[in-house]
Amino acid sequence: MSSQIDRIDGPGMPLRGDNIDTDRIIPARFLKAITFDGLGDHVFEDDRAAMPDHPFSNPAYGQAKVLLVNENFGSGSSREHAPQALKRWGIEACVGESFSEIFRGNSLAIGLACVTVSREQVEQLMALVEAAPDTPLALSLRERSLTAGDLRVEIDVDEPVRDALLNGTWDATGMLLDDFDVVRGVAERVPYIRGF
Amino acid sequence: MGKTLLRKVWDQHTVRKLPTGQTQLFIGLHLIHEVTTPQAFDMLRVRGIGVAFPDRTFATTDHIIPTLDQSRPFADPLAEAMLAALESNCAEYGIPFWNLDSDRQGIVHVIGPELGLTQPGMTIACGDSHTSTHGALGAVAFGIGTSQVRDVLASQSLAFDPLKVRRITVDGQLADGVFAKDVILEIIARLGVKGGVGHAYEYGGSAIEAMSIDERLTVCNMSIEGGARVGYVNPDQTTFDYLRGRPFAPQGEAFDRAVSWWRSTASDPNADYDDVVEIPASEIEPRVTWGINPGQSVGVSDTIPATGAGVDEALAFMGLSGGAPIRGTKIDVAFVGSCTNSRLSDLREAARIAKGQRVASHVKALVVPGSQAVLAAAEREGLDQVFRDAGFEWRGAGCSMCLAMNPDRLDGEQVSASSSNRNFKGRQGSPTGRTLLMSPAMVAAAALAGEVVDVRTVMSHV
Repeated sequence: MSSQIDRIDGPGMPLRGDNIDTDRIIPARFLKAITFDGLGDHVFEDDRAAMPDHPFSNPAYGQAKVLLVNENFGSGSSREHAPQALKRWGIEACVGESFSEIFRGNSLAIGLACVTVSREQVEQLMALVEAAPDTPLALSLRERSLTAGDLRVEIDVDEPVRDALLNGTWDATGMLLDDFDVVRGVAERVPYIRGF
Repeated sequence: MGKTLLRKVWDQHTVRKLPTGQTQLFIGLHLIHEVTTPQAFDMLRVRGIGVAFPDRTFATTDHIIPTLDQSRPFADPLAEAMLAALESNCAEYGIPFWNLDSDRQGIVHVIGPELGLTQPGMTIACGDSHTSTHGALGAVAFGIGTSQVRDVLASQSLAFDPLKVRRITVDGQLADGVFAKDVILEIIARLGVKGGVGHAYEYGGSAIEAMSIDERLTVCNMSIEGGARVGYVNPDQTTFDYLRGRPFAPQGEAFDRAVSWWRSTASDPNADYDDVVEIPASEIEPRVTWGINPGQSVGVSDTIPATGAGVDEALAFMGLSGGAPIRGTKIDVAFVGSCTNSRLSDLREAARIAKGQRVASHVKALVVPGSQAVLAAAEREGLDQVFRDAGFEWRGAGCSMCLAMNPDRLDGEQVSASSSNRNFKGRQGSPTGRTLLMSPAMVAAAALAGEVVDVRTVMSHV
């Protein structure tokens, strides 16, 4: 069983922009490897080169654990390398307006929590962290809340995601193999496997 | 109320309700390639788990392979290591693998349908977001990440949240010069790049029904660009005619029995949809993207937007001016290829425009067939010669410059007219490279003119 994750404590990092795709999080040339090792060094590599004050290059956010994002974060390619790169850099949770479905699933599969708050709340959190980057953020999955200094917001997290993180079943392999006879049963039943 | 195809396939493949509340779904067909699988096999080895159904997984190589010199070892040692890993993993676990020396090798989303592996009513998974392509034959096909590849190898199943179904009806006849690519770009422009999150897109209506399977593959391919992980077209006679005689399709009387089951998986006429969107085919013209996501496109006779969310960032990156016509935008590179538009019919449309013409002197143009079968068929028709005579480079099969994991890539701020699926920043291999997405015929027309043109004006001369 994978570890139980009920809270994430640490500084935040504001990363502004809608529709930030996984090609930007980790450009395709870094997928040419047979392990995920070292991906953290290349997170947002091209965006950082184009933008010297990119949050991932800013020492003020160097210890960040909670990434604050806007809408449709992680769209595009299904490369798990994207959440892997964020996690290996040190990010343990993403808080944003919305996430692409595949990115959210890939993140859950490696124990990286993605939770949503409203656009106004993201803006409040980003402004707060920009003004005081050292502010400790506390994300509680159990209480469905995020506190930052005096600010406390309710987070929205899908029940299966919350459940998997709290119970440590986010690494799904074990759960999927629990009842393997039933899997075999379906294989015997579907006509294109059973034979027409 | 009747059921949608999605609901029927979902129910048929449900293993059980998981303690998390998700559904464990059986995956009928698993397709793998070299980029998103080496870590999955390593995780299996570390855990001492085998592959549950090695005969339900099929492998090929597409993303990293060079399209010019394919001799081994590859010049790029990283690419060589990835292909070598796939070779040894497939050998170790007994997974069928169509390598470069096979006439069945090609882009995973091109060969699945081509070989008849992809069939109506199936659940399909592949570690690639464009797995939605396979929905063109009435399959429910999911793009997944590497940990999920591991889970399919281990258990032939995955955990999913339920999906809503949005019916997108395109009625009417597409005008000459308007292609499947334009239809899906129009859909994404209207519904947005996150409009499909949480949904499967069911495409229907007379314009979709009139499409060939190749065209439907193009439409379903880009579902994910609209945020929909799954897209599909209900199976019909076009689907069955396409599948008949293909190597992995049922043969003889079994084929007829299969047809009656396939037919039963289609959405019922009174199916209950979560949402319905109607788009008249007559309103669609050839489209071109001007921005940095596939939702940012305009009709070729329109001007580039000057205001709106994300417009400033996109125009700054693209070096384009708001309010200017998209037509006349200079290009440096023309790319016909990718899982979106590299099938034989795509190459025919591009060749029809290119025939007897010359690529503009400042343009580098390449045609990359989607599979070795497409390549061979195109050569039998002499399309390679048409392209070569016009000044296009004719390459080997693979993903190539769609994502530039092989040597084919943009340099600096080059502008590419591309039949691929993503115009993201840096997508085609140069961090500052710029991509204009359009149909293969529009790419060919742009290659000849050296700038974006309306293919309809060119077609009147061919």
